[in-house]
Amino acid sequence: MKALVAVKRVVDYNVKIRVKADNSGVETTNVKFSMNPFDEIAVEEAVRLKEAGKLSEIVVVSIGPAQAQETIRTALAMGGDRGILVQSDEEVQPLAVAKALKALVDKEQPSLVILGKQAIDDDSNQTGQMLAALLGWPQGTFASKVVLDGGKLEVTREVDAGSETVSLDLPAVVTTDLRLNEPRYASLPNIMKAKKKPIETVSPADLGIDVSPRLVTLKVEEPSKRSAGVKVGSVAELVEKLKNEAKVI
Amino acid sequence: MSILVIAEHDNASLKSATLHTVTAAAQLAAKAGGEVHVLVAGLNARAAADAAAKIAGVSKVLLAEDAAYEHGLAEPLSLLVTGLAASYTGVFFPATTYGKNVSPRVAALLDVAQLSDITAVISADSFQRPIYAGNAIATVQSKDAIKIATVRGTAFDSAAAEGGSATIENVTTGGNPGKSAFVSQQLSKSERPELTAARIIVSGGRGMGSGENFTLIEAVADKLGAAVGASRAAVDAGFVPNDYQVGQTGKIVAPELYVAVGISGAIQHLAGMKDSKVIVAINKDEEAPIFQVADYGLVADLFQALPELAAELSK
Repeated sequence: MKALVAVKRVVDYNVKIRVKADNSGVETTNVKFSMNPFDEIAVEEAVRLKEAGKLSEIVVVSIGPAQAQETIRTALAMGGDRGILVQSDEEVQPLAVAKALKALVDKEQPSLVILGKQAIDDDSNQTGQMLAALLGWPQGTFASKVVLDGGKLEVTREVDAGSETVSLDLPAVVTTDLRLNEPRYASLPNIMKAKKKPIETVSPADLGIDVSPRLVTLKVEEPSKRSAGVKVGSVAELVEKLKNEAKVI
Repeated sequence: MSILVIAEHDNASLKSATLHTVTAAAQLAAKAGGEVHVLVAGLNARAAADAAAKIAGVSKVLLAEDAAYEHGLAEPLSLLVTGLAASYTGVFFPATTYGKNVSPRVAALLDVAQLSDITAVISADSFQRPIYAGNAIATVQSKDAIKIATVRGTAFDSAAAEGGSATIENVTTGGNPGKSAFVSQQLSKSERPELTAARIIVSGGRGMGSGENFTLIEAVADKLGAAVGASRAAVDAGFVPNDYQVGQTGKIVAPELYVAVGISGAIQHLAGMKDSKVIVAINKDEEAPIFQVADYGLVADLFQALPELAAELSK
């Protein structure tokens, strides 16, 4: 059984975001990039399923600029078998990403596609659900537990009121939430080995899809800043201020 | 052409997120023209539909009843909404786990780009939404004929739950692909208010040290009639379940009063609570970033401050 895992190259989690002076976007030059944290969880889950003998091959896919090869390479060092880069230097929005992934699924015929629930740059939380819809597959989003047994997939999902479990027919799409697993660090020998694993590069045109943006970003601004208030000296003073000054209790 | 709001409900009553989504839809209707309609899809959901019909500003409620909709499974629901969407200029979902699960499926089936987590309606085709965990705000224009969006509840006031008298119309269901089934749910049981609807929230972070120590938070919360939240660090450390999590990857809240205890104030936590009206921080580290957004800061050991606070509130 084959799995396809999608990974995105994003501005690193620890980078303090700066909005460009001309309000056209955020500063991305001389900024550290790394794999979207939710996608690391997706790769880890696929590798664990393979280690448990439930999967035979893991194909890692990324859509993005040439540098996204590095992101794929990281996933291969974690345990992916081979990579496919859909190279595009323009912004590719979730619907176009889903279409590119669908084209690759049609070609590769995996039984399972695992993606992060959202990317920490555009915070869209769309691609997995869109891919499932385009394929006509069921979906297990925001997964905190995945059990693959025979032809069924049982997914426990993080929902606002707690958690819920759904049973899905295969093939299916899973998107990962934080508690699903703790991704491993690739070992040095595995990083060396990953350098020899194949990565194929294709263009959106090769897949027959149009990636031109459907949403136009008119401007990007800093959020309104909250200014620091006052320090209080004691619990009694705090309660007094909340009652009489802020009037919230 | 009108705007369709997809109601989140438990068949008997509406979730509060629905009311905030109606407000956003009414703002779009005011700019683009048309009425606000609400879809209630469920099983034995007449009571929820009746509640939707009473929301001020709603002209029509569509009621679709089928066993497939009882637990909000995305696969059948998205087919239903996709079938209805053709006669609307906008389809708005609450940006909750329910709405986020279904909405992109509908958008993809209609070949429409979705606007996630909108925080303002600027014009008939432009919206604001936070990106990079709220560290930047993008104004985005949709070129699609149907605007499909999820709505951040904290950014829009709640529509009045009473005052409307919409008609209720039964709609034919959209079929069930049958590839998914609901198995079970494990709901967090709590006598306290829900995080996203609470007027006051008391949250604990890594500084709490253990799950047992959250009883100190709960004691204060109960004095205030507050909900209990947590930072991602506290969830990752296993102190409390994930549905307590406030932040970029958890719940977005904006209560009247937010009390952050033993929370350093990582960007990802601030993204979930910085729109609260009044923020209180209690932390022993006076350099903690949480103090930069707090209206009232108390530099203190939380193990002394929390019992004192509970006692002070009993006076």
